[in-house]
Amino acid sequence: MDPHVSSSLKAGAPVEKYYHSVRLLAERCIGCVSCARHCPTEAIRVRGGKARITESRCIDCGECIRYCPNHAKTAVTDTLADLKQYRYNIALAAPSLYAQFDKKISVSSILMGLRRLGFDKVGEVARGAEIATAALREHLRTAGIKRPVISSACPASVRLILVKFPELIEYLSPVDAPVEIAARLARVEVSRETGMNPESIGVWFITPCPAKMTAVLEPIGVVKSELTGTISMASIYGELLKAISNNNEEKAVGSLASSEGVGWALAGGEAAGLEDIKVLVAQGIRNVSNVLEQVAVGKLNDVDFIECLSCVGGCIGGPLTASNRFVAENSLKQRLKAMRANEAQIPAEPIAVDQVKLALHQGRVIEPRPALKLDDDIVVAMHKIELIDDTLKRLPGLDCGSCGSPTCRALAEDIVQGTASETDCVFRLREMVRDLAEEMVNLSAKLPPSLTKEAVHRDFKDPERQGRTMEEPKSTKRSDEL
Amino acid sequence: MKTEGQVLVLEFPLEHYRFETAGEASSKIKQVVRQLGVNAQTARRISVCAYEAELNAIIHAYGGFMRVRVFPDRTELEVTDEGPGIPDIAAAMREGFSTAPDIIRELGFGAGMGLPNMARSADEFEIKSSKEAGTWIHMLVRH
Repeated sequence: MDPHVSSSLKAGAPVEKYYHSVRLLAERCIGCVSCARHCPTEAIRVRGGKARITESRCIDCGECIRYCPNHAKTAVTDTLADLKQYRYNIALAAPSLYAQFDKKISVSSILMGLRRLGFDKVGEVARGAEIATAALREHLRTAGIKRPVISSACPASVRLILVKFPELIEYLSPVDAPVEIAARLARVEVSRETGMNPESIGVWFITPCPAKMTAVLEPIGVVKSELTGTISMASIYGELLKAISNNNEEKAVGSLASSEGVGWALAGGEAAGLEDIKVLVAQGIRNVSNVLEQVAVGKLNDVDFIECLSCVGGCIGGPLTASNRFVAENSLKQRLKAMRANEAQIPAEPIAVDQVKLALHQGRVIEPRPALKLDDDIVVAMHKIELIDDTLKRLPGLDCGSCGSPTCRALAEDIVQGTASETDCVFRLREMVRDLAEEMVNLSAKLPPSLTKEAVHRDFKDPERQGRTMEEPKSTKRSDEL
Repeated sequence: MKTEGQVLVLEFPLEHYRFETAGEASSKIKQVVRQLGVNAQTARRISVCAYEAELNAIIHAYGGFMRVRVFPDRTELEVTDEGPGIPDIAAAMREGFSTAPDIIRELGFGAGMGLPNMARSADEFEIKSSKEAGTWIHMLVRH
């Protein structure tokens, strides 16, 4: 078992086929259906008054964390206490971390602040981003590759492809995520400097999103992540603010990344470093899903590259960030502007060619997740589809979510799969109660044979009385309704 | 949607110039075959066939009708319309050949890839067309 899996927070995690960092705090969940309705993969059902996540469908995008009004959804990440398990600890700062601060606070100051929280060294993910851009440029020049190339930098978008668009797996860019490259660089560098075994070094990513945590524990396309763990940006923000010195600390840390790398925190940042090619930037997980749907039918064959970002705005919009996204965007844009002005005077350091090669994984195999199949027997599955269609016709089509399933269609599927009942729909239940009440009224008009016999006899013999007996139940019914 | 023995039948009327509905039938078909357990790549080929047929009917054919029959081992798509017919099928099968009006191209459609895409995605592709009877296309994709 990896050493980082044994951390106390994750010890209570249920043993599932897939690891997820997004979890439910059951005691806070009131059973409202906000999360279920906002989940882009319909992975959530509310059952027994609590939200439940279907493990095979969850992509750890964190939309449920964003929308839960009771803060019952959370992301399990590591804490600063976990640093104790390692002799030497490195913090990797994402460019989105810089966006949490005003541009007056220098990158060096932020990195020094991080060190004061207990790290022996700090590294910049933006350095990894520069290498990732170079690797991506090289990959896009390769002849015969499937186009459009889809970015693999956002782990939630990659998982969306695995769950919902497995046919597009071969379109994924074979470039490592910047944080993986940065972790590899830092681990090798520290091991060289200190002579320590690379395995005894803890490499921690200060993360804006839960999907990065999942990407560490359950990496896609690589055997093992270069990271030890991730620490939520929001969870250390307060301490970090206090640790940052008011006097800007220039030169305290090694060479700083360029604006090209830092720009990755914003939507369009990854694509900005590419040559003059046709590029799309899809932001927000539902928009990503729509664009991928179009790629799947071959509508975007003339596009070279698609940057997919689960969060609107890019990583600065991550569910585990601390600052308001719009403020963060403005701060980072100003910081970038100042950086570019400086860079115009100093030529950029060339990118290490060996690192670019290391970041490319041509021909890697990524397994899709079978999340949709209704039955192993295709004929049984056909009947289930027909049944779902028939069931759906009886449902109101309001997609209100009151039943605990996100849409009427999802409920119809759940009913046919045996995990829900038609009475879970309040509107169907109402109809059924009404039908039952009508049935009861009809039944109440029926008389036992001993009495009926006479009535029938009377009815046939005496048309006048028949008229009365017909009227009587009617008038009773009317008074009932009144 | 109904099953006839071991066949699932889906039917879609296609309306002329209803661009806002383009892609709805194909995405529905893709979802259905994926739920049946058809592998992702095959499901994609089926949906590409359906999508191009949808677009053709919308752009050229004054609407039409698509009937999809899913068998355990294959999916067959039959598209009929009462449109103007295709005068030169061989030319229409060439990539980039398009008779779409400018207004359609301005919308990003009509690149002349419809029929070639269908033929490439399907395992069997058959087309008949005449001015009187409109166009009939039959496509078969093996699972």
